[in-house]
Amino acid sequence: MGTSIKVDHATKVFTKRYHKTFKQMTVAKMRKQKISDTFNAVDDVTFEIQQGESVGLMGLNGSGKSTLLKLINGTMRPDEGSVLTRGRIAGLIATGAGFHPQLTGRENVYLNAAILGMNEKETARKFDEIVDFADIGDFLDTPVGNYSSGMYSRLGFAVAVHVDSDIFLADEVLAVGDKPFKRKCMEKMEEVKASGVTLVYVSHAAASVARMCERVIVLEKGKLGFDGAALDGIRYVKYDDELPVDGKTDESALANDDAMLGADI
Amino acid sequence: MTEAAQATGAVALADRHHLDAIPLSSPAANRGLLEVFRRRYVLRLLVKREVQGRYEGSFLGFLWSYINPLSQFFIYWFFMGQLLSRGRFENYPVHMFAGLIIVHFFTETFGAGTRSLVGNKGLIAKMSVPREMFPVATMLVSLWHVAPQILILVGVCLLEGWRPDVVGMLAMVAAILIAMILGTGLALLFSTANVFFRDFGSFVSIMNNYIRFGVPMLYPFSTIANGLPQWAVHLYLCNPVSIAVILFQRAFWLGTTKDPVKQAAATLPDHLAMWTIIGIAISAVVLLIAQRVFLKYENKVPERL
Repeated sequence: MGTSIKVDHATKVFTKRYHKTFKQMTVAKMRKQKISDTFNAVDDVTFEIQQGESVGLMGLNGSGKSTLLKLINGTMRPDEGSVLTRGRIAGLIATGAGFHPQLTGRENVYLNAAILGMNEKETARKFDEIVDFADIGDFLDTPVGNYSSGMYSRLGFAVAVHVDSDIFLADEVLAVGDKPFKRKCMEKMEEVKASGVTLVYVSHAAASVARMCERVIVLEKGKLGFDGAALDGIRYVKYDDELPVDGKTDESALANDDAMLGADI
Repeated sequence: MTEAAQATGAVALADRHHLDAIPLSSPAANRGLLEVFRRRYVLRLLVKREVQGRYEGSFLGFLWSYINPLSQFFIYWFFMGQLLSRGRFENYPVHMFAGLIIVHFFTETFGAGTRSLVGNKGLIAKMSVPREMFPVATMLVSLWHVAPQILILVGVCLLEGWRPDVVGMLAMVAAILIAMILGTGLALLFSTANVFFRDFGSFVSIMNNYIRFGVPMLYPFSTIANGLPQWAVHLYLCNPVSIAVILFQRAFWLGTTKDPVKQAAATLPDHLAMWTIIGIAISAVVLLIAQRVFLKYENKVPERL
């Protein structure tokens, strides 16, 4: 089985700006204060993911998870090192899709699908399925700027999951949906996973990570803190108190478990 | 889910998508403007969206793309043509409207293109899409709005007894080409700058005001040729927008005058073909430089939006 994602000593530098206007900058210069500062949002991270692997990406807020996903989906390029991927990438970054607020849901589905690499025919063929899954009713022809955050992410997830992708990135997908939708998402992701798609799953819900992933990567302030078996990783971030006692063996019990569907964030 | 079952899933997927044939590659691979034309479908959707969205929520809708240039035309025609230089210049309104179309196309591309990255931050911050796409899309949208204006101009010209000619039509194509290339180049350059400092958006508006007076639209080129020293005239002609405006006047206005040959000698610059080539070359160099600068800085764009 081939390598799906290869991250090699990747570093992404962000600039923190303290002063924005000319006046502020002049004053800061005169007082010999710093005008800007840089930090490594992703710091010398190296790992490799095989095709079909499911990897949970964990870490505290601000540890660089979303930035790492943006490096993988190509929104950003690493300043040092390299990120290589194989095949088509779909997914959600930071709870929402890249939607255009003035466009209707319908137009956004087409635009989003096009950016993810689908052509017009493919989108038209899957359109009904996408709309069924999102289940947002007549809001389909309303500008997405007027959507509730739940509807926004439902539509985003629906498009992403229907792209025939090789790599699926799921960032906090379950954070804003209601319970029935979360359940539907989990089922769909299991389906995606079973079909052999490489899954990178960001979540703070330990039980769902334990269920979806065999492997966990933990980021700490941009650095790779842990890379190994899922349960060890969850223990590493000290989220294991959320897990049921016997780990991930009892799936039927987990299916209705709040912990699996994500803590309220 | 057992390990074996998963392996088959991944194998099946790899076979179905021919993953063996696809090399590992950078997901952010950027081949600049070429990438934009490789992904024409996305470009088409963006252009369609902009065309629909530009006058969204307005009652008159697409009519505004006629009303805007026409209102400008009447202001200039009334104050410049009627009050200031009454009847002294042959077919002044056609001369001015021909220039106005090119100037309007260029300033729209430049202005809207400069705002295009900031205006699409929702998409840019989260999706991997060649970012050159947005300035290029705004240029194409402006181009789309040029068509009805040319129709009006042709109508007016025909009323004035216009005789179209082959050289004139070539001049029209060259004029649009210059405005497209230069407009895209400057839009690329300033859209990136605008992400880092929003001041550039305001700066571009000021530039656009100057451009209206820095090209022979409100006055004939002969005013410049007769009133300035030779080097200044050459400098004036090194502005590709000036060349584009003159070419458009060559294409439409000249054919409506009583004696085109005499009028061309009196009003248009000598060696217009040479100046056209220089104009295209300068625009192309601006575009190349803009592309290089864009590639250098676009990686910082998503985090600064």
